[in-house]
Amino acid sequence: MTLSDRIVRWRYRYVPDHLLGEILTKRWVDNAIPLLILLAVVAVFGSLIPGFFSAISISNLLRQWGEFGLIVLALTVVVVAGGIDLSVGSIFALGNIVALALLNVAGWPVAAVIVATLACGAAVGLVNGLLVGYLRLRAFLTTLVTLIIVRAIVDMLLLKYSVAIAAAFPDTEIWYYFGEGFVFGVPFSVVVTIALAIAMHLVLSRTRAGWHVLAVGGSRRSSHNVGIPVRRVICATYVVSGTLAALAGVLFASRLGAAGADIGIGLEIAALTAAVLGGNSLGGGRGSAAKAVIGSVTVMIMVNSLVRLGVTSGANSLLLGMVLLAAVMIDVRWLKNRQKFLSKVYVSPTFADLPPAPGTDGSSPYALNDRLEPVGAIGLDRIDGPEDVILDENDNIYVGNRTGDIVRFLAPDYEKQEVFAHVGGRPLGMAFARDGALLVCIGGMGLYRVGRDREISKLTDETNRSWFSVIDDSRLRLADDLDIAPDGRVFFSEATIRYEMHEWPVDCLESRGNGRIICYDPNTGSTHTVLKNLVFPNGICMTHDGQSFLFAETWACRISRYWFDGPKKGTVEPVISDLPGYPDNINRASDGSYWLALVGIRTPSLDLALKMPGFRRRMARRVAPDEWLYPNINTGCVLRFDESGLIIETLWDKSGDNHPMITSMREHRGHLYIGGILNNRVGRLKLEGADPDWTGPASYWSKA
Amino acid sequence: MQLFGRLSQEQIVFGLALLLCIAFSIALPGFLSTNNVLNLVRSVSILGILGVAMGLVVIGRGIDLSLVALMAVSVAWTMNLITAGMPLPQALAIGLAFSLLVGAVNGWLIAYAEVPAIFATLAMGTLIYGFGRYFLFALDVAYLPEAAKPLLWLGQGRLFGVPVPIFVFAAVCVAGYLFLRYAKSGRYLRAVGDNILAARITGVPARPVIILQYVLSSLIGFMAGIVTAASVASMNTRLALSTYVYDVILVVVLGGIGLSGGKGGVRNVIVGTLLIGVLLNGMTIMDIQYTVQNVIKGVLLLTAIVIDTIVNPRDEQTAQQGDI
Repeated sequence: MTLSDRIVRWRYRYVPDHLLGEILTKRWVDNAIPLLILLAVVAVFGSLIPGFFSAISISNLLRQWGEFGLIVLALTVVVVAGGIDLSVGSIFALGNIVALALLNVAGWPVAAVIVATLACGAAVGLVNGLLVGYLRLRAFLTTLVTLIIVRAIVDMLLLKYSVAIAAAFPDTEIWYYFGEGFVFGVPFSVVVTIALAIAMHLVLSRTRAGWHVLAVGGSRRSSHNVGIPVRRVICATYVVSGTLAALAGVLFASRLGAAGADIGIGLEIAALTAAVLGGNSLGGGRGSAAKAVIGSVTVMIMVNSLVRLGVTSGANSLLLGMVLLAAVMIDVRWLKNRQKFLSKVYVSPTFADLPPAPGTDGSSPYALNDRLEPVGAIGLDRIDGPEDVILDENDNIYVGNRTGDIVRFLAPDYEKQEVFAHVGGRPLGMAFARDGALLVCIGGMGLYRVGRDREISKLTDETNRSWFSVIDDSRLRLADDLDIAPDGRVFFSEATIRYEMHEWPVDCLESRGNGRIICYDPNTGSTHTVLKNLVFPNGICMTHDGQSFLFAETWACRISRYWFDGPKKGTVEPVISDLPGYPDNINRASDGSYWLALVGIRTPSLDLALKMPGFRRRMARRVAPDEWLYPNINTGCVLRFDESGLIIETLWDKSGDNHPMITSMREHRGHLYIGGILNNRVGRLKLEGADPDWTGPASYWSKA
Repeated sequence: MQLFGRLSQEQIVFGLALLLCIAFSIALPGFLSTNNVLNLVRSVSILGILGVAMGLVVIGRGIDLSLVALMAVSVAWTMNLITAGMPLPQALAIGLAFSLLVGAVNGWLIAYAEVPAIFATLAMGTLIYGFGRYFLFALDVAYLPEAAKPLLWLGQGRLFGVPVPIFVFAAVCVAGYLFLRYAKSGRYLRAVGDNILAARITGVPARPVIILQYVLSSLIGFMAGIVTAASVASMNTRLALSTYVYDVILVVVLGGIGLSGGKGGVRNVIVGTLLIGVLLNGMTIMDIQYTVQNVIKGVLLLTAIVIDTIVNPRDEQTAQQGDI
C-alpha cells in the first residue's frame, strides 16, 4: 500500500463523515439549531451585561418570560395547525383590562374574574376560528383585522375604566400571588407556563387531538380525505390560542395592576419571531411546545438585554425585524432543501482496498466454462426475483417472490405452483428448522417463521441498540440470509443499517462496515448482535462441525468463518479473501464442501474507485443516481469450495442466456437449484457424481 | 343572488358609496357642499395613491405591509437631510433611492428567498422603522424645513381651484392604468398574479416581475409620502406603527381587487377610496369617537375579506406553502 493510500485510509477511517448525514436524518436537528442560537444569545449578552446571571436578574427575566412564553405557546398551537394568530397581542391586552376592570371596578371574586377573562379570550378566539376555520378566510389578514378591532375595543374600555382601575386596590392575597408569588422559589407564572408547555407537548405528541392538529398543519387536503374534521380542528386551535393569550393577560394584570395604552403593542411580532426562531414552521405540520419554549426564551433575552443595555427603542424593532426575516428565510429554505441536502451528504464513501482479483482464464480455478449451459428453467416468467431457493424433504421448491409471497413449486415435475404464504415483504434467505418450519429473512421486516400449517409468525424485528450509533440501529432494515445452529439458535445477517431494501447497491459506494450478524435464540426469545461492522454480510452457512458458520461479505469479496461455540468460540478467520466477484449465498454441498454464488464479477474501474473515496463522494453529490458507478450484478457464477478455502469447481454460463444472474443455489438429490434476485425463473442443473439421495434438511437435522 | 351574480363587487361598492352619499347628503347638512366634497377627495387622495401602490402588488399576488413604514421613514429621512443643509433635489434623490432599494430587497426576499410576502413585508416594516429610529433620526416627527418650501405646493396648493393632491392622485391612477393596460411588464404582472407557475412556463420572467412590483410600490409610496409631508408640513414616523396600512388594504380589498391576485385594476382602487372617503367624512361630521371609527373600519374590512373569500375562493392548485 502506498503512502498516499495509507493517508487516505486513515483520513476515512478516523473522520466519521457518515455521521453528518445520519444526524441530519434525525428529527431533533430541528431543535438543535434553535438551541444553539439560544446558547449563542446567552453567551453574547451574558458577557455584555454585568450581573446577567445574578439571581435577581434571572428571576426578573423568568417572570416576564412566564407571560411571553404563554403567548408564544398560544401562537404555536395555531402555527402548527397551519394558521397564524396575530391577534394574540390584542387579546393579551384585552385580558389584562377585562381582569382589572372586573376585579377593581366590578368587585368580582378572583375565581370568577379568571373564568370570565378566559371566556373573553376564548370568545375572540372563537370568532377567529369561525372565520378562518369554517369560512376559510386567510388567517393572516383575518387575525390582523381582529387585532385592530380588539385593540380598538381595548382603547374604548381604557377611556372608560382606566381611572377607576388606577384608583382601586383589591385586597385579595390570592390575586397578588399570581403575579408575585413563588412556588419552590420559582415565580408562579413560570410554573403555569411550564405546566401548560408540558401539557401541550403531551397533547401534541401523545393524543389523537394533537395528531389531528399536526396532520391538519401538514396537509389540509389529506387530513380531510382521511376523515379528520379539518374545520373544527382549526377553529379549536384559535380558541385555545385566545384562551392562553387571555391567561397571560391575567398574569400580567396581577403582576403590574396597570392598564396602559401601549400594553401588548407589537407583541405579535415578538411572539411570531419567537415561534419561528424556535423552529416552528410557518405553514404548519412541524412544531412543538419545546420549540416554542426555546424560541420564547431566546427572544425574551434579546429584547430584555437590549433594554438593559440602554439602546434606543428603534434598535429593538430593528433587531426583531431582522431576526424574524432571517428565521423565516432559513425556515423556508431549510424545509425546501433539507431532503435535497440530505441526499447529497448521506452517501459517505470510505476507503476500501480489495486484493487483486484472480484471473478467470487458463488454469485459474475460476476459469470460464459453459457448465451452466444445460440448466433447465422452472416457473419461467411465472415468478419474479427468487433471491433464495430451498427444497423440503418431499422435494417441493420454495422461493421468494417480489410480490411479497413465498411461492411453492410442487414435486415431482414443478409444473404446478402455489402461494405457500403471503408474508408481505420481500423474502430473502430461507432455512428449514428442525420441526420443518420455514424460517425466512424478509427485507425491511425482519426474521419470520412460516410453519408447516402455513401460519406466519414474527420471530424478531429488532436487536440491541448500539450505544454510540446515531441512527437507530435496533430495527432490522435489511435482514438478508440466515442459518440455524444445531441447538436451534438462528444466525442471520443484516446487510446494512444505513440503507433500505431498495437502495442496497448504494451501500457498495460506501463499502464501509455497515452490516452485522445477529443471533436470535428461540429458547429465550432474545436477539443480540454477534458481529458488527461487516461489509454487507450476505450468505451464512453452518459448517458441518456445528460450532461455526461461514459468512460472505459481499463488497469485501471475502468469505470468513466465525466460531460461536467450542474452543475457538468468538474468533473470526478468513477462508477466502480474494474472490473475483461479489459473494452472495453459501450453502452446503453433499460431499461436505460448500456452494457459493457470486452475484457479480468485479470490474477494474470499480475496484479503483473503491480506493478513491473522494471520487465516489463527488459522484454521489454531482451525478444523478442513475449514472453512478455501481457494482456489476448481471453476470455471476456458482462455485464450490471447502473449509480450507480451496476452490474445487466453478460453473459459468458463458453464453449469458441460460442462467447468468445468480444469488443462491441449493443442492438436492443430485441436482442444483439456482435462484437469482433479478431472475424470472429457478434453474435446475443435474450434477454429475453427486450423492443422489442427499438433501439439505437431512444434512442438518437427521444426524441429531 | 341573481342580481348579485350579475353585479361585480366594484359595482356593488360603487352603488354603496352612492347610497351613503345620498344618505349623508340628506341627513348631514353641508355634506354635499363643493367645499366638503373637495375636502373629502383631498383627504383620501393620499390613501388613494397608496391604494394604487398596494393594488399593483396585490394584483401580482403579493401584499406590502411595509408600504406605510417605508414611506414614513424614507420621507422623514429626506426632511432631516434637507434640514441638515443638503440641497432639495439631492435629498429627494437619496430618499427615493433608499425607498427603491428597500422595495427591491422586499422583492428579492419574496421572489428569490421565497419568503411569503406577508411575512417578508411585515418583518421589513418593523425592521425599517427600527432602522430609521436607530440610525436616521432621533425625533418622532420630522418637520418640513424652510428649504423644502417649494414642496408645499404639492400638498397645500390649488390648481384651477382644486387641491393639488387630487391631481397627484389622478396622475398616479392614470399612470397605473396605462402601466397595467399597455406596458409589457404590466401584463406580465397580471399574469404572475393570476398563476405564477403558468406564467413562468410561458416564459414570463416571474422573479424580476415580482421585484418590479415592490419597487413600483415603494416608488408610489415615496410620492405619497412627499404629498403627505407637504400637506401637513411634517412627517410623523409613528405612522409606521399605526394601523394606517390596513386602511390601505381596506381600500384595495373593498374596491374588489382579489387578494388571490390577477384580478382588478386601478378603477377598483378609486371606487374603494371613494367609499372609504365618504364613510370617514360622514363619521367625522357625525363626530363619532376615533376608537369607534376604528372598530367600524375593522368590521368593514372583515366583511370585505369575507365577501372577497366567497367571491374569489383560494386557488388550491397554485396556493403556495406558507401562503396563509
